[in-house]
Amino acid sequence: MGSITLNKVNKSFGATMVIPEIDLQIDDGEFVVFVGPSGCGKSTLLRLIAGLEDTSSGHITIDGRDVTAEAPAKRGLAMVFQSYALYPHMSVYNNIAFPLKMAGEDKGVIDKKVRDAARILNLTDYLERRPSQLSGGQRQRVAIGRAIVRQPKAFLFDEPLSNLDAALRGTMRLEISELHHQLATTMIYVTHDQVEAMTMADKIVVLNAGRIEQVGSPMDLYRSPRNLFVAGFIGSPRMNFVGGDTAKKLGADTIGVRPEHIEISRTSGEWPGTIGVTEHLGSDTFLHVHSDVAGTITARTSGEFDLHHGEHVFLTPNRGRIHRFDAEGAAIN
Amino acid sequence: MARAVTTRHKITATTAAWVVAFLIFFPILYTILTSFKTEAEAIAGVSLIPSGTFENYVEVQSQRDYFKPFANSVIISVGSTLIALLIGIPAAWSMAFSPTRRTKDVLMWMLSTKMMPAVGVLVPMYLLFRDTGLLDTTSGLTMVLTLINLPIVIWMLYTYFREIPGEILEAARMDGASLFNEIVYVLTPMAVPGIASTMLLNIILAWNEAFWTIRLSAANAAPLTAFIASFSSPQGLFWAKLSAASTLAIAPILIMGWFSQKQLVRGLTFGAVK
Repeated sequence: MGSITLNKVNKSFGATMVIPEIDLQIDDGEFVVFVGPSGCGKSTLLRLIAGLEDTSSGHITIDGRDVTAEAPAKRGLAMVFQSYALYPHMSVYNNIAFPLKMAGEDKGVIDKKVRDAARILNLTDYLERRPSQLSGGQRQRVAIGRAIVRQPKAFLFDEPLSNLDAALRGTMRLEISELHHQLATTMIYVTHDQVEAMTMADKIVVLNAGRIEQVGSPMDLYRSPRNLFVAGFIGSPRMNFVGGDTAKKLGADTIGVRPEHIEISRTSGEWPGTIGVTEHLGSDTFLHVHSDVAGTITARTSGEFDLHHGEHVFLTPNRGRIHRFDAEGAAIN
Repeated sequence: MARAVTTRHKITATTAAWVVAFLIFFPILYTILTSFKTEAEAIAGVSLIPSGTFENYVEVQSQRDYFKPFANSVIISVGSTLIALLIGIPAAWSMAFSPTRRTKDVLMWMLSTKMMPAVGVLVPMYLLFRDTGLLDTTSGLTMVLTLINLPIVIWMLYTYFREIPGEILEAARMDGASLFNEIVYVLTPMAVPGIASTMLLNIILAWNEAFWTIRLSAANAAPLTAFIASFSSPQGLFWAKLSAASTLAIAPILIMGWFSQKQLVRGLTFGAVK
């Protein structure tokens, strides 16, 4: 079991309010991602749940038990840190065994659990090495191994992939998702990378300046963002925003169209423009079009599309996929 | 473009390093050389070739007991170092791991006490020692050395502890370690090199401290610094014997320094190289 409830949780550092007041329900077995720009309070929120920071007010309950005043170790959670936080003076084996030793398990049990974890994580050949003799990806796996041996109620990940290179990040993303399916344990994952959020989460919590902007499944957030912030944050490349008369005609202050919901034509369309930079990714091409009507618009098209810098094109947003926002930035339904 | 390191460059740099090292070491070398000269040779003028006599060492030993001041030096330098560590470790821990807005000020204030000329407080200190019966006792000297070296001990430990990432301690806390286990299994093993080099440096500083040890001791508690000084007294100056006494006084610390130089260099440069 591992359901976590935050009830009016508030955190201030001195006079600075980091998290004004948050209510959040995380169900057992869910993969929840906290996503938001740097300094939005997502790591602080995770540390509040872990018990590494004290709440200023409000309550945190795990499986119905109020743990607000309990020490981190008593909460039954395991955490994977951004820096991995491995014990440099211990071998991989002892790193993974450490939480079991602290729990007073006997030697035979520890040995079995450590070897099982090492097998799952492909670390069997490295058990005698020190963390400094491992690559970034291997260190990350040791950190995960140290977390899984305790069979915690929930795993907390604090930007665990941000120190890895792009290729390894992709692989580790899959491994963590796979692990979630195997263990079926609650996971809370903090990242500033919306791609990680979209690909891994059952439920995404979008945070901005300590407030929750929206909670929902990745596709919910993609299809119906509640406001301009979420609309701009979720989806890559970013949603295009157009104001002025173009938006007024549709009864909004701002309209938003995702690059993949724009048609490109050489002959006719709503927004005429000139092609600026084109980015070829192989499967996709992103065109940055300068339009007098709508400003600079990013449009996505298939990789084979043969258009070049300086050519004139027409863009037509897909009517059914236009998001409308009012003056406060809230979505109009 | 990377600078090419030519052989000529290397030779020049190495020679320069040797020259500087020799200049720094020269006073010690000259002391040792003088200790093997006769008194007549010693006052005759600069000479690097002693006649190789051991009579000064024999004289020094027969005139005054070497082992008593030696034992005193060991007691006060090791004793003051251990007490300073006992106070310094918790102080540095708390400042490194739960700093407040005033931590930097506290550290600066501690360091500022080292900027004060010792002679400025000589009279009150002497009177305090006289009135409390601490004059010429090893416990009194240990106390003074503890206090004068404490700022350096705390500063060194603080810099060292600051290098231990806080996340590792948090990981230990998440892993279920109690404060005691956190200190025993995680903090201490990671801090041992820092504590060891702090200890070595402090023993050396305490061993060489002359201002207070000479002024606050007479016969009973006199350490080796006072032993050396006693050879420049009533009967006149005996350079060769003075040198022999100095050589005997610095020998133990020189040998200790030689064996622990790797540890010391690491201790003195930590924080400088990432």
